[in-house]
Amino acid sequence: MIKTLLARAHQGHRTLAWPDGPPPELPDRFRGLPAIDAARCPDGCRACADACPTEAVSLSPAGPRVDLGRCLFCPECAEACPEGAISFTRDYRLSVRRREELVFSGEPLPLATSLETELRRLFGRSLRLRQVSAGGCNACEADVNVLSTLVWDVGRFGIQMVASPRHADGLLITGPVTRNMELALRKTWDAVPEPKIVIAVGACAIAGGPFWQSPEQLGGAAAVVPVDLFVPGCPPHPATILDGLLRLLGRLEKDGRVAAR
Amino acid sequence: MSGPRLATLRNGSALPLAAVPDLPFEDLRDAVVRETAEGNRLVSFFASVPEPASPASSRAGGEVELLAVVADDEEGTLGVGRARLEGERFPSLTPACPQAHWFEREIAEQAGVVPAGHPWLKPIRFHSSWREGHDAWGRPALAHPVPGVTDFYRVEGEEVHEVAVGPVHAGVIEPGHFRFQCHGEEVFHLEISLGYQHRDVERALAGGPHKGTVPIVETIAGDTTVAHAWAYAEVVEALAGVAVPARAGAVRGVALELERLANHVGDLGALANDVGFLPTASFCGRIRGDFLNMTALLCGSRFGRGLIRPGGVGFALEPERAGRLAERLVAGRRDALEAIGLLWETASVTARFEGTGVVSPKDAEEIGLVGPAARACGIGRDVRHDHPHGIYRYVHLPVVTASTGDVAARAAVRAAEVERSADFVAEQLAALPETPARVPVGPLAADSLAVALVEGWRGEVCHVALTDGDGRFRRYKVTDPSFHNWFGLALALRGEEISNFPLCNKSFNLSYCGHDL
Ligand code: SF4
Repeated sequence: MIKTLLARAHQGHRTLAWPDGPPPELPDRFRGLPAIDAARCPDGCRACADACPTEAVSLSPAGPRVDLGRCLFCPECAEACPEGAISFTRDYRLSVRRREELVFSGEPLPLATSLETELRRLFGRSLRLRQVSAGGCNACEADVNVLSTLVWDVGRFGIQMVASPRHADGLLITGPVTRNMELALRKTWDAVPEPKIVIAVGACAIAGGPFWQSPEQLGGAAAVVPVDLFVPGCPPHPATILDGLLRLLGRLEKDGRVAAR
Repeated sequence: MSGPRLATLRNGSALPLAAVPDLPFEDLRDAVVRETAEGNRLVSFFASVPEPASPASSRAGGEVELLAVVADDEEGTLGVGRARLEGERFPSLTPACPQAHWFEREIAEQAGVVPAGHPWLKPIRFHSSWREGHDAWGRPALAHPVPGVTDFYRVEGEEVHEVAVGPVHAGVIEPGHFRFQCHGEEVFHLEISLGYQHRDVERALAGGPHKGTVPIVETIAGDTTVAHAWAYAEVVEALAGVAVPARAGAVRGVALELERLANHVGDLGALANDVGFLPTASFCGRIRGDFLNMTALLCGSRFGRGLIRPGGVGFALEPERAGRLAERLVAGRRDALEAIGLLWETASVTARFEGTGVVSPKDAEEIGLVGPAARACGIGRDVRHDHPHGIYRYVHLPVVTASTGDVAARAAVRAAEVERSADFVAEQLAALPETPARVPVGPLAADSLAVALVEGWRGEVCHVALTDGDGRFRRYKVTDPSFHNWFGLALALRGEEISNFPLCNKSFNLSYCGHDL
């Protein structure tokens, strides 16, 4: 008992001050929002698009575009580029409300807006989510789980992962949705009472991730249910997931970090 | 020893396929049965089937080829042999070699052939056969099998009831289906039915290496990215005849042990949580993140994405970075050992851990358990020691075992490994060799076979590659440690109270996606 108390004193208070205080420190090699400098692209160069394992990079006359929904942040494109026209910043804020908004060409990303008034009134201070893992590699699940540790402590925002879909306000889905999970996902979705929302976490749940060409998966959650929030990454950093959730709940607007739309 | 011989190779090496004996099936069977009876282990056993359009499908002697890899842990060698099947059936090895039971179910499901006499021949992943028109269960070709829809083992009796759980479980966990046959609180039998995470990994890897290969390998099991990526890199390096620079070898070792540290610490915290001891649960939840962040210091990803690459590592570990990592490691080690130490001081924890979820050494040997689950039964099985490769050829980690085979033993093994791994990492960081991080990798040898074993935190990861005439993978076989160990969890539950399932489950913490591929 004494040892437990001593350990408690030594281990200390570890909950992040963010979002009221500074954001968590991310490692220098962290790969968040890409930076694209199309002016550097040599004529006719396709190195980035050719290197990408998921065809996330497309080339337009205005320069390369990265579909953050497909992107694995791997970073083959940045390594392949002879001129450093694609690199990765440490900006962890990546979540959006609509799939097409993830195609990034260097313009500011239209970060997620909050839920509509009525849903926000219902869920803004209390959001219960049922997580469904549907063919992912368990890394997204791991970093969703991390949000419930005392470091991130999502409980302080009224967010909780619950056991039963009947107790949930929505689903948080990871994985590309395997054919073998399609039925279970549908049944879980049906069991959530209306009104309900869906959050797709990770490259798999948005676009199939590394498995995008596999016939045993459906290319993401949107193939089965309507998605309200897309959180890119492979896997997304816990900060990216929490940032997305808080934006969806309208909890980050006051600090002025929500991009204007 | 008399009888048919297998070709011998070492972990992380390659052989021309011509040197792998092409045996009559009976000889392959006899060799595997004899070797496993002598204490060797079946580390891989799989079917290779030709692509539908390939000319090989019409070659003489049938189109399904079986290949077995047997490990001699004492000699540190691997034996390989193969046989081409005549027809659609072969006599099952399982009755004489229980270790083969899950492999043969996999072979039946993938290749549509029947291991006749298998005691419990059911699908393990629920996908269609890879050979159109050949199904081991005679199922229609066009309909996708429905996971979990199959006969389950049933105990009959007036007071016997069945508890069915999943695929969607309570918690942020992967999907799987569990059937308990219970008498009151007591579990007579647990049957585990998986496949919900099946993404078709092995067929996606066939035809490679291609640009999607590394990301797929890194996500076979996302908490075991380093171990799988290392096994893949080693297969490629063996086939290309590339020697990895010493510094890259050391960084791989650092990354693999950091992966072990994060997962062991996280699971010990989760075990504390399952018995309601919240101090260790809370501390370990945080400290696990500290170890993941150390991996992110190496490569930007908490899960080691982008770090292991054929030919070396994707990111340099400069002296300044190594210094920062070493400092964080000291703090992480101290905090972890303190938090874990509380478990053994707390009677309410030890009372729940001890005697719960016992697997006997005999059962563990028979079914071929690997990793900490095997070591907790007193079996000193560890790839780093038995089949040393890379950095482990030069730096030896003592193998940790316990004897009681229960939750307490699995926790104790992992707790001791936390200390050993942290010391290993500190030692490497203090003396990194000065060589490049990565060297180029040329084309892969044609018509060859390569095997790589890596001791991931759950146990042995095994990758086997067969190349075609162009040096492309004609078959890429992945065996995650969970493949061997799921049945161990089922055995641990026999005679146990059903309310101890979460605790037993967490003490194994097996991978669904690593099993389902
Ligand atoms: S970082 Fe993203 S866009 Fe670039 S190559 Fe990797 S997956 Fe493609």
